[in-house]
Amino acid sequence: MPDKQIDKKVPAIQIDNVHKHFGGLHALNGIDLTIGQGEFFALLGPNGAGKSTLINILAGLLKATQGNVSVMGHDVVSDYQAARMSLGVVPQELVFDPFFNVREMLRFQAGYFGKGKENDAWIDEVIENLGLTDKAHTNMRKLSGGMKRRALIAQALAHKPPVIVLDEPTAGVDVELRQMLWGFIKKLNADGHTIILTTHYLEEAETLCERVAMMKQGKIVALDTTSNLLKKLAGKNLRLTLGDAMLPAALLPMLKSGESGIYTLALNEPNQLEFVLSELRKAKVAIEDMQLFEADLEDVFMSLVGGK
Amino acid sequence: MSLKELKNSWLVSLMDIANLMNVNNWRGAYTLFKKETLRFWRVAFQTIASPVLTALLYLLIFSHVLEAHVQVYKNVPYTAFLIPGLIMMSLLQNSFANSSSSLIQSKVMGNIIFILLTPLTYLQFFVAFLAASIVRGFMVGLSIYLVAIWFVDLPITHPIWILTFALLGSALLGTFGIIAGIWADKFDQMAAFQNFVIMPLTFLSGVFYSIHSLPPFWQVVSKFNPFFYMIDGFRYGFFGQGDISPWISLGVVTAFLFGLAWVALKMLKSGYRLRG
Repeated sequence: MPDKQIDKKVPAIQIDNVHKHFGGLHALNGIDLTIGQGEFFALLGPNGAGKSTLINILAGLLKATQGNVSVMGHDVVSDYQAARMSLGVVPQELVFDPFFNVREMLRFQAGYFGKGKENDAWIDEVIENLGLTDKAHTNMRKLSGGMKRRALIAQALAHKPPVIVLDEPTAGVDVELRQMLWGFIKKLNADGHTIILTTHYLEEAETLCERVAMMKQGKIVALDTTSNLLKKLAGKNLRLTLGDAMLPAALLPMLKSGESGIYTLALNEPNQLEFVLSELRKAKVAIEDMQLFEADLEDVFMSLVGGK
Repeated sequence: MSLKELKNSWLVSLMDIANLMNVNNWRGAYTLFKKETLRFWRVAFQTIASPVLTALLYLLIFSHVLEAHVQVYKNVPYTAFLIPGLIMMSLLQNSFANSSSSLIQSKVMGNIIFILLTPLTYLQFFVAFLAASIVRGFMVGLSIYLVAIWFVDLPITHPIWILTFALLGSALLGTFGIIAGIWADKFDQMAAFQNFVIMPLTFLSGVFYSIHSLPPFWQVVSKFNPFFYMIDGFRYGFFGQGDISPWISLGVVTAFLFGLAWVALKMLKSGYRLRG
């Protein structure tokens, strides 16, 4: 467990009416969000939605123009030392210090948080779980991109924070690392760590996260459990293979994608299936193949923030 | 303000400083100091050996050319006069280089984030960077001294003044380096700072001459240069004589140090060019 003394009633993250202006740009527009301890939470949104701005405010790298943010009950401005002690952030950019090797960097990072030799066993565990054992004494400069990403994640975990923020941790990394990373992060979550994830891989969020917030233009446009979002918003998809025939005009409002005679239609209600079939019959279009499948988080995402 | 109120306000200030030094996380500041010291030690050829060699080349050339022609102080050969100036010049330049280059590199490469995400207070940040700058300045200065005394008989008249000015000088330039490192966003801005501010101030400070050998106008101008006071006070510690009283130099250098430290701490506290 991260810390047995922690009051479980205190939210891991509390964000109240946060605004952020960059000159004339209103990057965050009244964000309210509470994330409980032990949650596996996804923060999703297109580029420029304000996810990284929100994370940077959480981490103390940016100051909110208005509103309050706290980590484990500690305000990130007035009680920033305690707030940062509770937080580990994996930044999006692949940054590293070229003067030191992996183990040295992890020891330094833990040292900044007041952790000494007693923390070495945890650092060994992080190194092992992220597959860095062979590279522990390799200079950061000499690591491949994937290994640098692992080291970056290890640095955020070095002081064993109760709240871990992963900002696009799997951007541009191979399948092996993804599997290894998510295995380790799931284990940390099971041990009581709160995980906040931003990712462009929506299937990762759907598989891993219990709750999702979707952001668009500095606002939260959806906030619910992943299963509720799928139930409420996603409906079903119908994939039709029509060969050379065109899709009847009455079905065009339902069209999600269409290419080479294969059309995917979004069905919000089950009785729409009968409507689709009757329209096809009316137009005398022959169906070569038909598949009905559940929509996923990507469909929810596209319907909420994709501009449709 | 009553005596009690004054006493309380001092106590509050001391408590603020204790809080900012975050005694519960002394290890954090020590770790940053250790990292900053190791950083320059890892490239000691560039950060220690190279400035020592440069200073010795100055010594070799200037002493050969001027030894027979110039005597600044009575009974002090020119080469001996030159050595404290060269030691102090190298000490100042390297103290500046340590904090400024570390900060600009970290900013450009983006790894400054590893420090900004930590619970270190701005005072701990300042003290750690400053202490590492002082260590590098002392290592370079001491190395030049240890090599130079093989060739030249160099008296030490007031060791306390030597140590005092070495400490204040390296602290002042370490602080100046922190300000420059925070302010600069690009390497060429830093190079401009180094070439248009630090170098002229160092060379026009009396490293190679006494200001009494200058025309009256330039003597007055030199007295506005804080580097002159650091070098003259440092040299006084060796020979027991200087262009002005070491007490005046001590006052000027201390005032400049406090002034620059105030600016650096203000910048760090506000997050200027570090936090948005």
